Amino acid sequence: MPETLELAPARATARAAEGSLQVDIGGSWRLQDPSPRWHALLGPEKPASVRLASPEVGSWDTSLVVFVGEALVWSRESGIPCDVSALPDKLVGLARQFEGSMQSTERIAHAQSLVVDVGISTRHALRQARGFLQFVGECWIDSTRFVLGKARFRWGDCLLEMQKCGAMALPIVSLISFLVGVTLAYSGSIVLKRFGGEIWVADLIGVAMTREMGALMAAVVLSGRTGAAFAAEIGSMKANEEIDALSVLGISSVRFLVLPRVLALGLMMPLLAMYANCLGILGGMAVAFGTLDIPPAAYWVEMLTIVDMSDVTVGMIKAVAFGLIVGLSGCLRGLQAERNASGVGRAATSAVVTAILLIIVADAVFAVLFHALGL
Amino acid sequence: MSAEPTPAIEVRGLSCSYEDVPVLENVSFCVRPAEIFFIIGGSGCGKTTLLRNLVGLEKPTQGKVLFKGRSFTDADPAERREMLRTFGMLFQSGALWTSLTLSENIGLPLEEYTDLPGDEIREIAAFKLGQVGLSGFEQHYPSEISGGMQKRAGLARALALDPGIVFFDEPSAGLDPVTARNLDVLITQVRDTFGTTIVVVSHDVDSIFGIADRVIMLDRSKRGVIAEGTPTELARAGANPKAVEFLTRRSVRPV
Ligand SMILES: Nc1ncnc2c1ncn2[C@@H]1O[C@H](COP(=O)(O)OP(=O)(O)O)[C@@H](O)[C@H]1O
Ligand SMILES: [Mg+2]
Repeated sequence: MPETLELAPARATARAAEGSLQVDIGGSWRLQDPSPRWHALLGPEKPASVRLASPEVGSWDTSLVVFVGEALVWSRESGIPCDVSALPDKLVGLARQFEGSMQSTERIAHAQSLVVDVGISTRHALRQARGFLQFVGECWIDSTRFVLGKARFRWGDCLLEMQKCGAMALPIVSLISFLVGVTLAYSGSIVLKRFGGEIWVADLIGVAMTREMGALMAAVVLSGRTGAAFAAEIGSMKANEEIDALSVLGISSVRFLVLPRVLALGLMMPLLAMYANCLGILGGMAVAFGTLDIPPAAYWVEMLTIVDMSDVTVGMIKAVAFGLIVGLSGCLRGLQAERNASGVGRAATSAVVTAILLIIVADAVFAVLFHALGL
Repeated sequence: MSAEPTPAIEVRGLSCSYEDVPVLENVSFCVRPAEIFFIIGGSGCGKTTLLRNLVGLEKPTQGKVLFKGRSFTDADPAERREMLRTFGMLFQSGALWTSLTLSENIGLPLEEYTDLPGDEIREIAAFKLGQVGLSGFEQHYPSEISGGMQKRAGLARALALDPGIVFFDEPSAGLDPVTARNLDVLITQVRDTFGTTIVVVSHDVDSIFGIADRVIMLDRSKRGVIAEGTPTELARAGANPKAVEFLTRRSVRPV
């Protein structure tokens, strides 16, 4: 083959000859270079027949197969005969395969009209809501079975989870709640200084930590640390057919996997929140001593004038609820995960998002509730 | 064959779909007691789907599955659990519980369904592991053994409760030929010793001719069974051309 043909760009020229269209293909056809498209070649008027020839084609690859294949598809759809006998046999064979693959591609609609999309999303949302309710129902049934002594509870797993979500979370909970105490003390003192009431920093931090921030910070840390881990663990068990193996044995995955984890969080969260309260108060105390010259003893006495058992109780009730929320959303997202690696990642992400969302909502509900109860 | 015994498994007019996409339509067949029954077919024709519907992991859109004449599809939860007790299943990936040791994996079904003391459960687990050639690996975690060993451990777990029916999803996939043949030998042994009914999804032709009593072939475009019989019957000229092609590994149709 002459050198010039190898280097010449791909071209296809159409010329009319007695009502039929003669298309000459030439040059070298490579996927990475621009090449003509069949449909761009056709003029406005329909020819009676088409004939393809390749008098001076150089090297070619799939781009030429697509060109000829599109011609064949067009010919089949428009009913205009297309003569390819002048083309190399190898090329025609591949082009016929291309035509075949165009015919047999099942159209899976991934993008559709707005109405269809809205319909699909609505159905999806309904299914999600149903899945959530079903999950909560299953948890309820399985935990009553356990309370009534009809089903065994996996205490060993529960203890292990308690260790993982409780004891091992202490360092990060310490750091975060101490710093929250510090931050609150600094920003509180800006306002309180104006009234000459720096000592009230103790009240501010005492109330804020015990009623709100202790439980909230512990919950946020655990949703990122433990909730996501639950979702990833359970999601990868699902991808690995381990959940199916449980179902085939008639073992409820809720009882086996969910209850020990949720209970572990429900038990550990109040302890962690209590610990967070202490560390937050300590942080506030440090700032008060360092920058406001309030001795720790005075700080402590001042704090006890406002913080009482009801504040601590409010915080603990919230902590239990947050623990259950984190545990349930982690496990639910894990069980809903798609059966592949990226499904596991998405499950972990959505577990954190769901947990934090529900925690904030629950916190608001509690605020209204406790206000109404006068707590 | 006038007095056919009650089939171990009877599938009547089963249809399965994912979301709204039908995979199988109106599938019916019977598996006789103590038979090694193969479900074969090309990739994506719905073999795994059929198996998942048989054991209740998916809910069929239509039709029924009966085990020893009792409907599994309509069973209430207690009855269902009782029937599940008699099943064992070996998943394609082995599906051992990764957080448990092999001994605990095999002990779990026993813990769930029996009141045996812990030391006896451990003894049974060690015995079952020995049966599949994994003595000494009791305290290993699944991640510490090879794929073929995981499959064998999965088999030991499937056999833990001495099930009446064992389902296998592509037991030889991903195994070297020798290990695959050993697994076939194990399957036959189980059947011969306990009279277990065995359902295998496979596209390993050597296994099919080696151990299958009867075979059904599924087809993707037909969404159902296209051939049924012994392997030699299906491979004979004059049988369904797709089955002949599959079993003789020779193309009988123009490409
Ligand atoms: N979880 C699922 N969701 C939707 N479609 C699925 C799912 N699993 C399998 N399918 C589809 O069902 C068909 C049958 O799959 P499968 O039973 O796994 O085939 P086989 O085991 O015979 O290779 C395939 O076309 C596959 O795309
Ligand atoms: Mg499969």
